[in-house]
Amino acid sequence: MKPFAITLDVGTSLANHTGSWRNERPVYLDRLPPCNAACPAGENIQAWLYHAEEGDYHAAWQEIMQHNPMPAIMGRVCYHACEGACNRGKVDEAVGIHAVERFLGDEAQKKGWTVDCASPSGKNVLVIGAGPSGLSAAYHLARLGHAVTIHEAGPFSGGMMRFGIPKYRLPREVLDAEVQRILDMGVTLKVDSKVDDIQALMKDGGFDACFVAVGAHLAKRANIPAGDASHILDAVSMLRGMETEAEPPLLGRRVVVYGGGNTAVDVARTAKRLGASEALIVYRRTREQMPAHDFEMEEAEEEGVLVHWLRTIKQIEDTTFTVEKMALNDDGWPEPTGEFETIEADTLVLALGQDVDTSFLEKVPGVNIAKDGVVDVDETMMTGCDGIFAGGDMVPAERTVTVAVGHGKKAARNIDAYLRRFRYKPPPKHEVAEFENLNSWYYTDADQRVQPALDLIRRQTTFQEVLGGLDETNALFEARRCLSCGNCFECDNCYGVCPDNAVIKLGPGKRFEFNYDYCKGCGMCVAECPCGAIKMVPEEN
Amino acid sequence: MTKAKTKSKAKTALQKVKFYQTGTLTVGNRLMDEDARSVQASMDRSNALTSGHRACQGCGEALGARYAIDAAMRAVNNRIVAVNATGCLEVFTTPYPETAWSIPWIHSLFGNAAAVATGVAAANRVKGRKDVKVIAQGGDGGTTDIGFGCLSGMFERNDDVLYICYDNEAYMNTGVQRSSATPPTARTATTPSVGDKPGNVFGTGKNLPLIAMAHNIPYVATASVSDLHDLETKVTRAMDIKGSRYIHIFVPCPLGWGTAAHDTIRIARLAMESGLFPLFEAEHGEVNSSSPIRRQVPVEDYLRPQRRFAHLFKKGHEDTESIARLQAMADANIKRFNLLRKHNQRDEL
Repeated sequence: MKPFAITLDVGTSLANHTGSWRNERPVYLDRLPPCNAACPAGENIQAWLYHAEEGDYHAAWQEIMQHNPMPAIMGRVCYHACEGACNRGKVDEAVGIHAVERFLGDEAQKKGWTVDCASPSGKNVLVIGAGPSGLSAAYHLARLGHAVTIHEAGPFSGGMMRFGIPKYRLPREVLDAEVQRILDMGVTLKVDSKVDDIQALMKDGGFDACFVAVGAHLAKRANIPAGDASHILDAVSMLRGMETEAEPPLLGRRVVVYGGGNTAVDVARTAKRLGASEALIVYRRTREQMPAHDFEMEEAEEEGVLVHWLRTIKQIEDTTFTVEKMALNDDGWPEPTGEFETIEADTLVLALGQDVDTSFLEKVPGVNIAKDGVVDVDETMMTGCDGIFAGGDMVPAERTVTVAVGHGKKAARNIDAYLRRFRYKPPPKHEVAEFENLNSWYYTDADQRVQPALDLIRRQTTFQEVLGGLDETNALFEARRCLSCGNCFECDNCYGVCPDNAVIKLGPGKRFEFNYDYCKGCGMCVAECPCGAIKMVPEEN
Repeated sequence: MTKAKTKSKAKTALQKVKFYQTGTLTVGNRLMDEDARSVQASMDRSNALTSGHRACQGCGEALGARYAIDAAMRAVNNRIVAVNATGCLEVFTTPYPETAWSIPWIHSLFGNAAAVATGVAAANRVKGRKDVKVIAQGGDGGTTDIGFGCLSGMFERNDDVLYICYDNEAYMNTGVQRSSATPPTARTATTPSVGDKPGNVFGTGKNLPLIAMAHNIPYVATASVSDLHDLETKVTRAMDIKGSRYIHIFVPCPLGWGTAAHDTIRIARLAMESGLFPLFEAEHGEVNSSSPIRRQVPVEDYLRPQRRFAHLFKKGHEDTESIARLQAMADANIKRFNLLRKHNQRDEL
């Protein structure tokens, strides 16, 4: 529209192309958000938060499901490396990503959301183990159109999600619903079906490829001289017994847990709930060196779990434990001091880590078992035997549910490529969006929303879930705390702050373009972009 | 307050928004209603001051002028005439026969913009054109020094004109000479950084917003290129009031101040957050609102990035006395305009 009373067309300054003044030009780019970079399951966290910010929870959930088939589980049990990396942590507090993920996962269960699968490929894949890695692989393979059969040695699906993580962290109805959605996609699950001869089964069953993810279920033992009357359990069988036995294991009044990992903490908290008046963790190093996560340790201490740092158990005589004090040497390793003390306890639970049962793989030609008892795989997750892939706790990596789910996805994509005879190439990664790339001025101050917690008495006496979920209002608020690091979220700042009107707004969802005819290269758009999605590059001539 | 004024205030007051990732701090926001976004966020903003103008890289005045005139045009359905004083804004936009303005625009002399605007308003009145509004605009030189007599007359007669001063604190167009808006200690071509007390002296200069208030005109406000929503709200409010109105907009000058071109908005923000440039509104001589400081900074944070203040920070010879006096000026503003009161930074969802 021609402005009021304007007659002068010729003579406009538009003839003056001030872009020729420039020696640097701004360019839009996408940077990798630190949360995405940190996620072991390879989720595009920022992308699903983006949908959640608009209240489009279904789209947000579908985006998670591209990478992770179990958001309701993940939002509860993942140790959220993403939140440790979140740039908002440097503004106020990290975005509560896990809490929003859990909200989305629970919404999906409430509303019965499902995903689409590709048309059938005609290929059959065998998955051994129905833990997080096996289930993740089965899900991704099914979405890619392959027929999947899971053989699980135990009586239930879930693996360590059921036999390792107690109910108060992961209610079983949540676990069952997430697994059921995968089975509903057409995945066949055979429980109580231990595989001894992979190659024979593949031949008989007509399988074109196999993914092995049997986990690490053999408890490590410690050589502690103990009398016959001593009651010693291991963490794996104790936690497993909680799921498979009609009666919970008998622990007595005073329980000592030996170890410093998350499993040790889980055992101590379970013991508390089973009525132990004393649950004591004995660990040979210090709190700082403990592999258990801080928030789990804090929750345990709130519930009354006690810890003796820098102690090793030397001997057990009935209910009398002799422990030796340790001291850290200059390298940070614990060394015996020769000082002893005694503890009275009814039961000892060993939580010293787990080994992989690789016996059934030793007969498969080409498969290499590394020195520490885990299985060697190449960068496509394939073992030394053609067509047999492996992942989860049984391969060298950090042992968490999230890593296992990531292995399942990666293996599934490589198995798909293997079956279709191409090589899967992950897309190249963008540079990470650092805090220094952001202009944090533009983000309104907003504290993290807090998940409700169960009251302490219930936490000490029942297996009810400790943490509650966010309601919709709080989940939306939390999602909107995302800074969108490194990726344009159409705040219009570049369009607004250009003194030369040299940014073209392309409309909702289409972002912006520079008009280099007039851009003088001042760089204000870069300086005032909240999320670091523009950078200056030198002009070539 | 009259009934009409109450109504206009309700219409143009900054909306209380829910927590939308960035609230109203960014230019736009995909999560907010279209009409709660700024004029500058709109795909069909008028771009009254369009591309191809000859202002330096990162010019604060070019930015401030587009912000203000676009907002004014939206407020009165594009029916405005602008009268421009001599200065950067006139020279870089309109080297005859070319112009970057896409509005009816007139330039006469350095000092008479207010008088010419009075004349345009009078002509409109005689012709019965009630729909056309008049804006006069100029830099700090044309406003606080050369055009001051005409401006004071316009205020005193309460002529129906909005006068906007784009304050970059010196005569930039002619080579960075001191004006009566130049702050103490700032180096200009006429206040060089030599001698015992280098730069502009303390105890001189004028505070034009306060002088305008002393004329008891209906509306006076200060604004800054670092707070777009506040600037647009004030211009929109001013366009809805009859009589003499004055808005004083803070516009950093990369060339004259010795700052990086990309730092223009950041410098303006630091002026605001240090308290050296308070944002407030006054009606009929009474201050009735101010913008609280969100993240307070010492004046040093504002001064240090500017080469015009470099002599204050010479290694080993820091002029701590002058810095303390500038801090005292900021502190006086903070007290006078109540800039450190608690404000609810977290918009509720």
